[in-house]
Amino acid sequence: MRIPPPNLEIAVVLLGLIVLMFEAFALRIDKHILAFAGITGLTIVLIATFFLAPNVSEQANGFWSFYFYTADPLSIFFKRFMLVTTILVLIMMIDYEPVLRSLSGAATGRPSLGEFFALPILTCAGLMFIVSAIDLVMIFVSIELVAVSFYVLVSFTKRDPLTLEAGVKYLILSAVATAFLVYGIAWIFGVTGETNLQRVTAAFANASIDQSAAVFGAVLILVALGFKIAAVPFQIWVPDVYQGAPTPVTAFLSVGSKAAGFVVLLRVLRPFMMLPKVGRLIVLIALLTVIYGNLAALPQNNLKRLLGYSSIAHAGYLLIGVACFAGQAVTFYLVAYLLMTLLSFGVLIIVAQHTGEQISNFDGLAKRSPFLAFAMLIAMVSLAGVPFTAGFFGKFFIFAAAVARHETALVAVGIVTVVCGFYYYLKVVRSMYWQPAAEAEGIPVSRLSRVAISALIIATIWLGIYPGPILHAIEPQRDNIAIKSASTR
Amino acid sequence: MLLVIILCPIVAAIIIMAGAPARLTALFASAVTLLTTLRACSHFKWWESGFQFVHSLTVSDTWGIHFATGLDGLSLILVLLTAIVTLASIWFTGKIENNENAFYACLLFLSGGALGAFASLDLFFFYAFHELALIPTFLLIGIWGSGNRVAAAWKITIFLALGSFVLLIGLILLYQSLPPTSRSFDVRALQAAVAAQQIPPQAQREIYLLLLIGFGVLVSLFPFHSWAPEAYAAAPTPAAMLHAGVLKKFGLYGLLRVALPLLPEGARYWTNLLLVLLLANIIYIGLVTIAQKRLDWMLGYSSVMHMGYIFLGIASANMLGTAGAAALIFAHGLSIALLFAIAGEIHKRTGSLAFEDLGGLAKVMPFAGLAFGLAAFAAIGLPGFANFAGEIMIFFGAFQNGWEMQRFHFFQVATTLALWGVVISAVYMLRAYRQTFMGTIAERWNNLPDLRASLRIPASLLIAGLLWYGFFPQKLVKLITPSFKTYLGADAR
Repeated sequence: MRIPPPNLEIAVVLLGLIVLMFEAFALRIDKHILAFAGITGLTIVLIATFFLAPNVSEQANGFWSFYFYTADPLSIFFKRFMLVTTILVLIMMIDYEPVLRSLSGAATGRPSLGEFFALPILTCAGLMFIVSAIDLVMIFVSIELVAVSFYVLVSFTKRDPLTLEAGVKYLILSAVATAFLVYGIAWIFGVTGETNLQRVTAAFANASIDQSAAVFGAVLILVALGFKIAAVPFQIWVPDVYQGAPTPVTAFLSVGSKAAGFVVLLRVLRPFMMLPKVGRLIVLIALLTVIYGNLAALPQNNLKRLLGYSSIAHAGYLLIGVACFAGQAVTFYLVAYLLMTLLSFGVLIIVAQHTGEQISNFDGLAKRSPFLAFAMLIAMVSLAGVPFTAGFFGKFFIFAAAVARHETALVAVGIVTVVCGFYYYLKVVRSMYWQPAAEAEGIPVSRLSRVAISALIIATIWLGIYPGPILHAIEPQRDNIAIKSASTR
Repeated sequence: MLLVIILCPIVAAIIIMAGAPARLTALFASAVTLLTTLRACSHFKWWESGFQFVHSLTVSDTWGIHFATGLDGLSLILVLLTAIVTLASIWFTGKIENNENAFYACLLFLSGGALGAFASLDLFFFYAFHELALIPTFLLIGIWGSGNRVAAAWKITIFLALGSFVLLIGLILLYQSLPPTSRSFDVRALQAAVAAQQIPPQAQREIYLLLLIGFGVLVSLFPFHSWAPEAYAAAPTPAAMLHAGVLKKFGLYGLLRVALPLLPEGARYWTNLLLVLLLANIIYIGLVTIAQKRLDWMLGYSSVMHMGYIFLGIASANMLGTAGAAALIFAHGLSIALLFAIAGEIHKRTGSLAFEDLGGLAKVMPFAGLAFGLAAFAAIGLPGFANFAGEIMIFFGAFQNGWEMQRFHFFQVATTLALWGVVISAVYMLRAYRQTFMGTIAERWNNLPDLRASLRIPASLLIAGLLWYGFFPQKLVKLITPSFKTYLGADAR
């Protein structure tokens, strides 16, 4: 049986709607069932991605024509990526439920748990559309679908003032970014008369277009994408929103939303790189982002905030890869980033309910729960980039790409900032292993979380020793996305 | 057989983390490692120049990364050193109050990382295995250290991380300096490429400088040395033994294995810089060592200082000098491990290592005094110990480099200056010995016990190694000669 690609998204949307319906009409059921239903449904879709029909979009039939939607290996790979992320986020949400009960809903009303489980599924559909979008309008629409879901998710625990602040900040800045995106698309459409990326590329190749207007439009779009991936100087929302949002949502934001932003960036890179100076601009942004993210992370004491700054830093390393046209390295890095970020957030959610989100709350975790401490250790050393973890291969490929293109500044700054990273990630390790515990009682871990965390640990180490599967999964995409050809030009 | 050697400590560490009796498992694993290494020694065909016991598993075809392991004479010496020091350091580990299992697991990871690095033929894994030791070192010093452990742990971790990332960039550049079709991280493939002169001289110079800085940080070459004494003073004894004895040698091994044979032009180009830096290591750090007022700091600085000799051997880039460097790496590893072990035992008994608190300890701890004395003589470079053999080969090798009858070149001047290092190390070692073991003993130390009988075994093992290779240094030299003959080419004698 072969499934045409767009059916995946349709299935995910339907799944989200069904969960919502149950939330609205089936008042008496245990809401956990909805989460499990969501996880099961997404898993089925994930399995279905391995039985896709060959790329239908190239036959240009009907609405899913080749102008809007592509199902190239890159997009299929990232659809799986998004599905895995969402499944893991749903598992985290189940763990997070006690906090949710105390902080969401009206003062007397029941917590709307079902919505909390349905929204990530709808977001996932949006993310899956984004990675397939090859038309500026399609990119805009799917980014909005994701953004609107996130508005609700970020401010879900609305009785916590920090969350409200985060929600408002995210809403306003995201809306501004949307405005930039739409304005940029308008300029590019004005210059070229096209919205399809391939035709835009062809139009840019034509010397008769107004270069400066095109650059202006491209820069506006880069601003909007910079917001999504948290690149400096569009990162200001990140620490507050990451700290304030419910932790599973933070994890979702930092993995799903960022990865989608990078896929779009890779897609628009080909046309944009034909314009003058855009390449240098991305190098500059990458430099600023690694420096700012790493330096600002150094003094942090709140782990969620620390992870927020570290996500800026990782956006910087990813941008180094983008600036060096290393699509494969960026993809691998994103996968490593998914594993280690979700691992650290997963542990954080469980521990924070018993102690708190400060790094000092992790004191003596090695005594209280060796399993969680070990998981966090792996996450932290992988984020820092120690060999035999996925994070090291990620950095290795990125640096190899930068060295190959003789980007001396990027390499030099990269080394110094990686060493900064050792300091703040090991701060967490120090607190878990050196410091005495304030309390001695253990921290219980539910069976589902234990399985998920163990799987993430194994995957992190496995990819740190044998990166082959990911590298092979995206190899055919090389010619498609044409990053290769851009780099040889 | 080689895989057993590498994996034995790592597997043991995992078993210990899972809850096996820590000390027993660790001792057993390190004994198995040592016995297997000795077996490998007896099967090793020393007259052959290539790598032996080779295994290879492909990790990434596109990147040319393989998990390839194998031994030649040089790596065999390092593996043997690691196996001996690991066993001794685990044996010397006393009672660990806090989380004993994690302590032994960390030690074994250190050892496994070193073994893996020395036995890897693939530069990627050579690098990765060394980094494997980074986090355990951080934990060992941070959790179980003494004195200013927090600062020391951060300092060593940040320094080593910086050094290794510079090194990583150097290795990536080396990889990319080859034409795309022959790119590989495999040492053998790289050697073939160098033989075909595929690395342009300009690239060699750049890469060699990066490698020199990267490896230099790891070996505490002069301007990058400040992490070493502090970390060794703060580290728990077995960690100091393993790190100063073995892990620090990784950088020297790297220079001998990668920088010198693969980048001959780069090595030639930066020789003078290296000579200046290593003289600073020998003379300046030597004087700093004399000024130390605590035994552990003195030992830490002395280990930095002795690296200068080995660098001199590497800089001389001829048969005699490099063979001497390899012999001294081995000898210094044994002697510094023994010195740290005895210092640790003293610290356990007295709670202080300041010279003003100590004195006359030989009266109550005769065996410790004897062992320390022998190790100190070895460190000074007295004939009869392996260190002497290494140092004298280095000095002759360095002096011979560019030697003309009429005048002294920089190399001859440097060698002459470096010879003063022997005097300097005699000064500080003998002073330390006098202030610790001779003179009048303080009242309160009158009842100190000597080393337990069981601890005399690993100490004797280390001394036996020093003496054996001191009297028969040709056993080391003959292991190294075939491989260096191919690295250094026909012109170097």
